[in-house]
Amino acid sequence: MTRADHRSRTEPGPPSSPPVPGRAGRTGRAPAPRTARGRTSLLGRVAPPVLVVLLLLVVWQGAVTALDVRPQVLPSPLRVLEQGWAFRAVLWANTLPTLQVTAVGFAVSLAVGWVLAVGVDFSPWLRRALVPLLVASQTLPIIAVAPLMIIWFGFGLLPKVLVIALVTFFPIAVGLIEGFARADPEAANLLRSMGGGRWAEFRYVRLPGALPSFFTALRIAITYAVTGAIFAEYVGARAGLGIYMAQQKNSFRTDLVLAAVAVTALVSVALFGLTYLVERVVAPWIKGARR
Amino acid sequence: MKITVAGVEVAFGDLPVLDGVSFDVATGEFVSVLGPSGCGKSTLFGVLAGLVAPDHGRVLVDGAPAGRETFGYMPQKDLLFPWRTVLDNTTLGLEVGGMRRREARERARELFAPFGLAGFERSRPAELSGGMRQRAALLRTVVQDREVLLLDEPFGALDSLTRTAMQEWLEEVRGRFGWTVLLITHDVREAVFLSDRVLVLSSRPAHVAREVRIDLPRPREVGVLTDPAFVAAEAELLDTLRGGTRL
Repeated sequence: MTRADHRSRTEPGPPSSPPVPGRAGRTGRAPAPRTARGRTSLLGRVAPPVLVVLLLLVVWQGAVTALDVRPQVLPSPLRVLEQGWAFRAVLWANTLPTLQVTAVGFAVSLAVGWVLAVGVDFSPWLRRALVPLLVASQTLPIIAVAPLMIIWFGFGLLPKVLVIALVTFFPIAVGLIEGFARADPEAANLLRSMGGGRWAEFRYVRLPGALPSFFTALRIAITYAVTGAIFAEYVGARAGLGIYMAQQKNSFRTDLVLAAVAVTALVSVALFGLTYLVERVVAPWIKGARR
Repeated sequence: MKITVAGVEVAFGDLPVLDGVSFDVATGEFVSVLGPSGCGKSTLFGVLAGLVAPDHGRVLVDGAPAGRETFGYMPQKDLLFPWRTVLDNTTLGLEVGGMRRREARERARELFAPFGLAGFERSRPAELSGGMRQRAALLRTVVQDREVLLLDEPFGALDSLTRTAMQEWLEEVRGRFGWTVLLITHDVREAVFLSDRVLVLSSRPAHVAREVRIDLPRPREVGVLTDPAFVAAEAELLDTLRGGTRL
């Protein structure tokens, strides 16, 4: 979300003579300004991408059947579905550890992101010290670091949590830092005139004002988190979708690799959708404000 | 109660902004501050609201140094927060001052009817018209129960019909509640219509170049705009402002 649309919705509605007590009658509640796009139904938003995916699957199925491709190279979507269903117990058993790793890693990432962002917001010194390091942390090639994590921390939870935290804390921290900084300096003056200090400014202005960019960052980060978990497991794990993919690839079960990929995609989309639910509960006002 | 502003000087770096501004305001008075753009009117309010420390001079209440709690400050922008309902926006100052939310809401709620906002307590600011937003912002200032209201161009962003309606409304409620008000405005007619006295600041660095007393009976209504005394005061102020460079 840009600053521009942040401002535009604070513009007053169409000018009208204000309802003055004892004068002309009022005409009830003003309707909330909403765009037609915001009113698109859930079906209207979900149907187009689903249709495109179905179309691609049909093309894929037709091509594999027509060209008679060996399933070890490229299985048909129906075969992936059929085998995935046959191996559903194993897939599920490997999905749970991945979900667990993702949840723990993301929780660590959220905690680190918030602590860093709040620290940076309160201390100019910390801002100068940490912001360049945050950027530098993103230049680390995860593909090289992840195997080292296994060497250092073994096959348990810790190395995976660290990989996930490393790939996801950055968007969260940056989203928050920029969200805090978006606060109107005049709002700070208003709070000071009311007798409030820096803490009041943070609590009443900067923190709530940062929530829209926080939720945007959260959505980016949650998709990275699942991919990060898969990658960490791929390098080495006892169980999980990542290591399952690696094993099936080695035994040329391309269909089961793709079935695991499909499960990963479903998990990511579900978690992505969950962020909207959380937003609706934590900050319902954003929905009306966002275009 | 008497507010005394005595020889206030402010410079930002090498740039002198206020150069010995002095005036006083008595309880129940409505005083407007007029001046050319960029002359330091908002800086003056910053000093009164405790946001800018003056280099010289003092602000006194009955002879004692004024604290931040003397003045209720209403900035130019309404600064209503989208994450709060209209009611909770108006209680902000009370909450920051440490009052319990429930008590703060009760106090603010009482003012919704006289402010023409009854029924909008649970609305979001985006649902209000421009005039209503300004009244909500004024309510947020008034409910803090400070001795003097500092209104920084409260109607500057409104269309002229709404502005006129707001000026009449302000005249009416001020009479009812007996507020002491300091108003910054660019609008000479607004200043004359609302004020007991109008102070004209010189261009930067500002001092009080002229003071015009408006002796028109209250409560004032639109009819007063054609009163000879009104027209004379307006002409005098315009004249002073236009001669701004010679002041």
